[in-house]
Amino acid sequence: MSTATQPDGALSSGQAETVNRRWSVPNWMITTISVVIALLIWEYFGRHANPLLATYPTAILVAAGNMFSDGRLLSALLQSSQPFVAGYIAAVVLGIPAGLLLGRYRLFEAGFGIYVTAGYATPLIALVPLMILWFGLGFAVKAVIVFLLSFFPICLNTWFGVKAVPKTLIEVGTAFCAPQSQIMRGIILPATIPYIMAGLRLGIGKAVIGIVIAEFQTAISGLGGIIITSANAFRTAEMFVPIVLIMVIAVVLTELVGSLERIVAPWQSEITGQDSA
Amino acid sequence: MAHLEVQNIVKTFSTRSGVAFARALDGVSFDVEKGEIIALIGPSGCGKTTCLRIIMGLETASSGQVRVAGRAVSGCGYDRGMVFQHAELLPWRNTLSNVGYGLEMKGVREPELSKASSHYLELVGLGHAARRRPHQLSGGMKQRAGIARALAIDPEVLLMDEPFGALDSQTRETLHGELLSIHGKTGKTIIIVTHDLDEAVMLADRVIVMQKGAVSEIVPIEIGRDRQDMRAVRTSAEYSKKRTLIWEALHDHETQAA
Repeated sequence: MSTATQPDGALSSGQAETVNRRWSVPNWMITTISVVIALLIWEYFGRHANPLLATYPTAILVAAGNMFSDGRLLSALLQSSQPFVAGYIAAVVLGIPAGLLLGRYRLFEAGFGIYVTAGYATPLIALVPLMILWFGLGFAVKAVIVFLLSFFPICLNTWFGVKAVPKTLIEVGTAFCAPQSQIMRGIILPATIPYIMAGLRLGIGKAVIGIVIAEFQTAISGLGGIIITSANAFRTAEMFVPIVLIMVIAVVLTELVGSLERIVAPWQSEITGQDSA
Repeated sequence: MAHLEVQNIVKTFSTRSGVAFARALDGVSFDVEKGEIIALIGPSGCGKTTCLRIIMGLETASSGQVRVAGRAVSGCGYDRGMVFQHAELLPWRNTLSNVGYGLEMKGVREPELSKASSHYLELVGLGHAARRRPHQLSGGMKQRAGIARALAIDPEVLLMDEPFGALDSQTRETLHGELLSIHGKTGKTIIIVTHDLDEAVMLADRVIVMQKGAVSEIVPIEIGRDRQDMRAVRTSAEYSKKRTLIWEALHDHETQAA
């Protein structure tokens, strides 16, 4: 431990860094340049391809403008986001406590862990036809599919997070006579936050897959519906509008979870020394 | 009656199905007087840490009992305060609220909580670091906070599990001096587990040498209470005599084993 040589100096690694830090290109700028180059390449080759089979960024932008002004895009977005939010929130609300119990109590782990592992490993998309039989073609079935896909990564990550909490940290609670509930709330939960956050991010990715698949397979509606109907009509540029929109939303949501982590667990980014997630 | 009595502790580790496979402690007994500093020393695997953990109630003895101030103890209790090997501060709490953790569990509420936590933080010389989080503290500072956290619940006995083992030798010696001065101020009974011969002789009134799960020797160190002048202690005849004695006690075992 290098810091141990300064009995009272308490050097944080940040102090040492600022000394040798030279100006360097910020991350966001590198990312922006990369995206711009990718778009330009796409634009160039897209314009030279058959418009039935491929498209290019400016054509997508024009299509997006049209779909926005005739209201199709917003109503589809609203249609998709309601079951998405409902399913995802249910997965968070049930997945985190379930994961905490699985990680903490042997009975739960031995009794139910196998189902969570199986649920995570199985391509749950295979269950969509059955879900349609059970829940019909409307809001409910979409929410259930989103829930099914996002519940397992959230639960599994929380579970593994609890298993990774150092035993000695829990013993601090035991040595100071903390009741079980306090050990769970005051030690295990905060120590598990990084894992929970990773689960929430993975869950968003899965939830996005869930909502699109649900809209393909059930009532053709929402953003997924636009993809199917546009593709069937060979309106390729129009088809890409919801795809790009979903991509942007997924990236933003994932970033939001990252900022959420910095708010609820500020010590974590300080420890790992990552000021950008 | 001694302040802390360890009576014939046996600890066997067994598999979940109940088959015993290791005997970690084989009838350990010793008494500790009020205000005494005891060092438990021995080669790794001799059971010294297991013994301390049983006294704390982090593990249960297979047989035998521990009595503090005449009462048999089982499980945790605010009559014993534990200092962990690597401090084990909670990373999401700042130093002050880490020190107050035990008090909080004990049911102490604000404003007494902050007042008492600050008092113990000052006692270990960390008043200036109250708002820092553990990762902003050096190893020595973390361990001071760990000591303050254990002292804050005002235990009868302070139990320390190789508390300075991970520190560099200079920091370790500084903390030896501070532990002795804290002991001077609070008069706490202290049991310290260590594998460091000098640490044991320097700090303890009596050194308990353990071998293979049993007490093999108890060596009193008659240097007297005033050990603030560590240089004088180091160069004293008693120091080198007792150091040699304990070294031999530890060494005997090795030659027997070889």
